[in-house]
Amino acid sequence: MRRFALIALPYTWLLALFLVPFLIVFKISLSDIALAIPPYTPTIKDGFSALIRGLDFENFIFLTTDDLYYKAYISSLQIALISTSLTLLVGYPMAYGMARAPAEWRATLMMLVILPFWTSFLIRVYAWIGILSNEGFLNQFLLWTGLISTPLTILNTNTAVYIGIVYTYLPFMILPIYAALDRLDDSLIEAAEDLGCSRLSAFWLVTVPLSKNGIIAGCFLVFIPALGEFVIPSLLGGSGTLMIGKVLFEEFFNNRDWPVASAVAVILLLILIVPIVLFQRNQQKQAEADT
Amino acid sequence: MAKPKPDTWDNQFAPWDNPNEKPLIRFKDVTKRFGDFVAIDSLSQDIYEKEFFALLGPSGCGKTTMMRMLAGFENVSSGSIELAGQDIANVPPNKRAVNMMFQSYALFPHLSVYENIAFGLRRDKLPKDKLDARVAEMLKLTRLEKFGRRKPHQISGGQRQRVALARSLAKGPKLLLLDEPLGALDKKLRQETQFELMDIQETTGTTFVIVTHDQEEAMTVASRVAVMDEGRIIQVATPGGIYEAPNSVYVADFIGDVNIIKGTAKPAGPDQYFVDWGVNQAPILATSDRPFTDGQECHLAIRPEKISITKAKPDEAENAVQGKVLDIAYLGNLSTYHVELPGGQIIKAQTANTRRLSRRDITWEDPVWIRWNATAGVLLER
Repeated sequence: MRRFALIALPYTWLLALFLVPFLIVFKISLSDIALAIPPYTPTIKDGFSALIRGLDFENFIFLTTDDLYYKAYISSLQIALISTSLTLLVGYPMAYGMARAPAEWRATLMMLVILPFWTSFLIRVYAWIGILSNEGFLNQFLLWTGLISTPLTILNTNTAVYIGIVYTYLPFMILPIYAALDRLDDSLIEAAEDLGCSRLSAFWLVTVPLSKNGIIAGCFLVFIPALGEFVIPSLLGGSGTLMIGKVLFEEFFNNRDWPVASAVAVILLLILIVPIVLFQRNQQKQAEADT
Repeated sequence: MAKPKPDTWDNQFAPWDNPNEKPLIRFKDVTKRFGDFVAIDSLSQDIYEKEFFALLGPSGCGKTTMMRMLAGFENVSSGSIELAGQDIANVPPNKRAVNMMFQSYALFPHLSVYENIAFGLRRDKLPKDKLDARVAEMLKLTRLEKFGRRKPHQISGGQRQRVALARSLAKGPKLLLLDEPLGALDKKLRQETQFELMDIQETTGTTFVIVTHDQEEAMTVASRVAVMDEGRIIQVATPGGIYEAPNSVYVADFIGDVNIIKGTAKPAGPDQYFVDWGVNQAPILATSDRPFTDGQECHLAIRPEKISITKAKPDEAENAVQGKVLDIAYLGNLSTYHVELPGGQIIKAQTANTRRLSRRDITWEDPVWIRWNATAGVLLER
């Protein structure tokens, strides 16, 4: 009985906050668009049997007929993958530096990583417009130094989206990697050197494999939200930046086509289930290794 | 105490007594400073091939620093360290024919036991068949044949210790450094492992330098023990030498249990002195190779087991004093009696419990006699 109660609590949580909302969205994705409130049909008011009969996969079939959606998914995956790799490239050295820093510095460095969270995410992304635009700080600075003679076009390109995603999600990459590196016993590196490794090969053969779980956790923590990212591509990206989050927003608010928007969301969720399951497995493996 | 090598059964293994023997390691006036702190203070010491050399001392005495300098993890501040006649000051750790067994074992948790042992060999680009053979040999040496495929967290503490040993021996180093190798094991396992270590040292013929704070461990395994304090080596000798002939009160006190009696020396014949040590006490007769002048301050160090305790007054004794039993420490096989003398001094006397506890005739508050021979103690200047 006690065991049942213990299991029931998290399951109720999942049921209420994940499964029920998902089923609602899924139901809408099977409905048809209507000029009504809510803007789809059938609804529960039509009676149960009419509700069931009114549902079909029309919207999903529609998604396959217009290549906008398929291209948006591919482009989102691509942008999420590239920006995850970039975040890893920037974040790993930072996490490594933090873990190697003198103990009295670590708390301060950690604070500096977390500090941006104290400001609104939207404001921070807006601030990048001021930095990256043609008349922005970056271009003004580069013109002033004489490195360039005409301003660089960064804002409203995919480059700006990458910068935005790397900047926003960097702490999510740094923190798990730092946690893994912090636990790394220095004598392991010494042992590797003692057994004939150079500094560099000791890093590749010992440090990297032992921070693998941190790297995987960080990559998923960046990849999963980046895939459905909406704010960064709409503020920093240009008309050429195609991301599924943006498409979803337009379907929902501009076209008021809730059923198609829901279908887009359901597919996005299905795509995300793969990395989420992999992430969970990684976390579980790490937890097992710790005990 | 390590058994003498088979080929030296007749003449004891003692290369340090042979002036023609070339040392494997030579510390020449080595000093190591960390900021203002002097960890090693102009230390010179030779260590010979096939030796099992123990660095013994309290924490912070510099023994670990000495070992880390040998491994190449610390640079010397001044002086030089030679390995087989070559200065190794500028040789990085990965280029030294020295391997180390870490106190924490430092096994790579992501690699199997087999891969841990093969790690160093792979760095040498050893061909596959030779590598397999060498790892198998190491697994056999440390009786780990069945555990090659396990990960370090899937084996016991004692097995991990043996993996660490096998890994550090795999490359066939000229010198093996062991940093508190048995510190993490429980007492019984530690004692067994000490003998294993000695066997392995003998089989492989490798020179071992062990760092330990456990004097029993140092005495058991080492051919020579160096007792260290505050960055200096106070005495280097065989375990027997350290125990029976300490050169200072510090060494006598650090190794085992000892009674230190402070007094003044008065010559009493060839190599014999009377030690005047208390107002109400007759002077103690002691022999000493070290010369003392009349009235010189001295310390007599006597091991408790060299003092016998009786209820009756001994008939003939070079030294005998009467006292009262203050305390008895029962250790099972031995009992240590704390005897308070009339002057208030406390002398420890140890006897083997050859009779059952219930039949012991000496108990608390009993008046007893303690006695010892003139040769029982060592007379020390400081």
